[in-house]
Amino acid sequence: MKSLKSRYNIDNWLTYGLVIFAYIVMRILIANGKVSFALQGQLVPITVYIVMAVSLNLTVGVLGELSLGHAGFMSVGAFSGAISATLLELSVRTTLPAWMRLALAMIIGGIVAGFFGFLIGIPVLRLEGDYLAIVTLAFGEIIKNVINVIYIGYDANGIRISTESANALNLGENGKIILSGPMGAIGITKISTFTAGFILILITLFIVLNLINSRAGRAIKAVRDNKIAAESVGISTWKYRMMAFVTSAALAGAAGALYALNYSTVVARKFDFNTSILVLVFVVLGRMGNIRGSIIAATVLTVLPELLRTFNEVRMLVYAVILILVMLVRNNTTLQHLYQRIVTKLRYDRPPAEEGDEA
Amino acid sequence: MTFLSYLISGISLGSIYAIIALGYTMVYGIAKMLNFAHGDVIMVGGYMSFMATTNFGWPPLLSVLFAMGVCTVLGILIEQLAYKPLRSAPSLAVLITAIGVSYFLQNAALLIWSPNPKSFTSVVLFDSVRLFDGKLIISGTTIVTIVACIIIIVALNTIVNKTKVGKAMRAVSEDKDVAQLMGISVNKTISITFAIGSALAAVAGVLLCSAYPILMPTTGAMPGIKAFTAAVFGGIGSIPGAFLGGILLGVIEILGKAYISTQLSDAIVFAVLIIILLVKPTGLLGKKVLVKV
Repeated sequence: MKSLKSRYNIDNWLTYGLVIFAYIVMRILIANGKVSFALQGQLVPITVYIVMAVSLNLTVGVLGELSLGHAGFMSVGAFSGAISATLLELSVRTTLPAWMRLALAMIIGGIVAGFFGFLIGIPVLRLEGDYLAIVTLAFGEIIKNVINVIYIGYDANGIRISTESANALNLGENGKIILSGPMGAIGITKISTFTAGFILILITLFIVLNLINSRAGRAIKAVRDNKIAAESVGISTWKYRMMAFVTSAALAGAAGALYALNYSTVVARKFDFNTSILVLVFVVLGRMGNIRGSIIAATVLTVLPELLRTFNEVRMLVYAVILILVMLVRNNTTLQHLYQRIVTKLRYDRPPAEEGDEA
Repeated sequence: MTFLSYLISGISLGSIYAIIALGYTMVYGIAKMLNFAHGDVIMVGGYMSFMATTNFGWPPLLSVLFAMGVCTVLGILIEQLAYKPLRSAPSLAVLITAIGVSYFLQNAALLIWSPNPKSFTSVVLFDSVRLFDGKLIISGTTIVTIVACIIIIVALNTIVNKTKVGKAMRAVSEDKDVAQLMGISVNKTISITFAIGSALAAVAGVLLCSAYPILMPTTGAMPGIKAFTAAVFGGIGSIPGAFLGGILLGVIEILGKAYISTQLSDAIVFAVLIIILLVKPTGLLGKKVLVKV
């Protein structure tokens, strides 16, 4: 047991080290002007997608439930974060520094998304398999539609909310519309930074890795592997499934807030089914349950469409073909046996059966 | 009377969902996979029919047959190239591959037909029917859609329950390995299922574009998701379930749009889905599988 624990530790430090190393390298490259403008614009989205992928991995890989609505939590976090950041800027007399507003927005985004995670978890976690997946999908679509009919404004008299139109807010002089239905959250001050994203990744890793390797994490994995067996040894499946689900939602919410504050406007359509699927692709390609894999897959696949710019029009087609080919090659049984043989040869002291279970 | 007309357009939209949902449900029942590319096969069907009528000047009925033919071949091709090598892979790997195929079809369509929406001329040439002194007008497209859906359901039910191929399908759906031992070619059966599902998708595509005449590379995406919802609604894997789920979904969507809120109609549909699944966790007509220890 002890050797297993030290292995987890080495593995975890490797993950932290990778992130810190990548951050330092990027900082040096940026300082030397080696990073193109287009790639610099991608830095915050990359950190956002890393957090999204790691948090979804908690639901899909560690808990073993397919979620097709992860972007819904991102959306909740994005809008609550953007609204609270704008309100903080408008209402508080002594203006807080930007980083503090960003941190508060991410915390609020995380808490609100976590709360929604709990609300959604009540019906979702009663279901199993594909039925659970479809309800998470339904939730994502509902969030998208509901945000499209909410209007929020702020003036001297305080906050006003309407579900009809921007005019129905009846804003006074100097009033400002914060959320404008289908137009989304407007007039956001861009305060997200690459460093903030880096810190959010570290916090996410700290939470997720510690959760996975804790007593609760082992319980979650036991529920994944065999629900009935876990129940029969006295593990409360509801509690641990909910724990993983809410943590995952809250982290996605914080990532959403970071994402929203990187742009001047953000619309609900951005967080649709396709975004959920995109994050799911990161998780599956990075290997389920493997946190480091999620980080690498999220980075590579966010940068890939940019790198494929040379192909211009056919780039998304190439992306699709690469995606299919990777899945085909990775699941090819002949290649899998070959890989297993090489791995066993390289580290013959470790049984190969533990592959894929690494966190 | 307005309620009746909303109800009829709801049933008509629901019929389209039902036809798409049948494809989802059959593939799920037999290959145990969620074919996310199904929605995009609908779009291909729409474009094929559009090309046949506009570019080649073919008559509408021939264009439908042409679309069905192309989609059948496409469905078999997708199955052979992308899904067959993954038969023993984990289900999520197949899901991601299906998403890859979906991206591929959408982007290929984007390159071939450009992102500009095409306006589709309905393939239905009947005039509208006026009932109750013109108070109730039912368009030809609506009638044809509903009739087509009924014919398809009856035909499919006959194929699955009365023919040898159908028996093979049911056997494969129940237990792949045992079916193989009994001399059923599992691969052939799955290919046939994909062929039928894709042909149905083509019909659905043509009907969808006849009713809502805007054709874009993303046309199939949302109806695809809704039909998938419909299939789950009725209990995925069940053919009558897909029919019931599709019709209900269409009616709820149209009535929600008419009486509650246009923007929230999708939210209402999905909220009803969540409530139904809470009461019946395996859908309306789904079988409850007990897990034995």
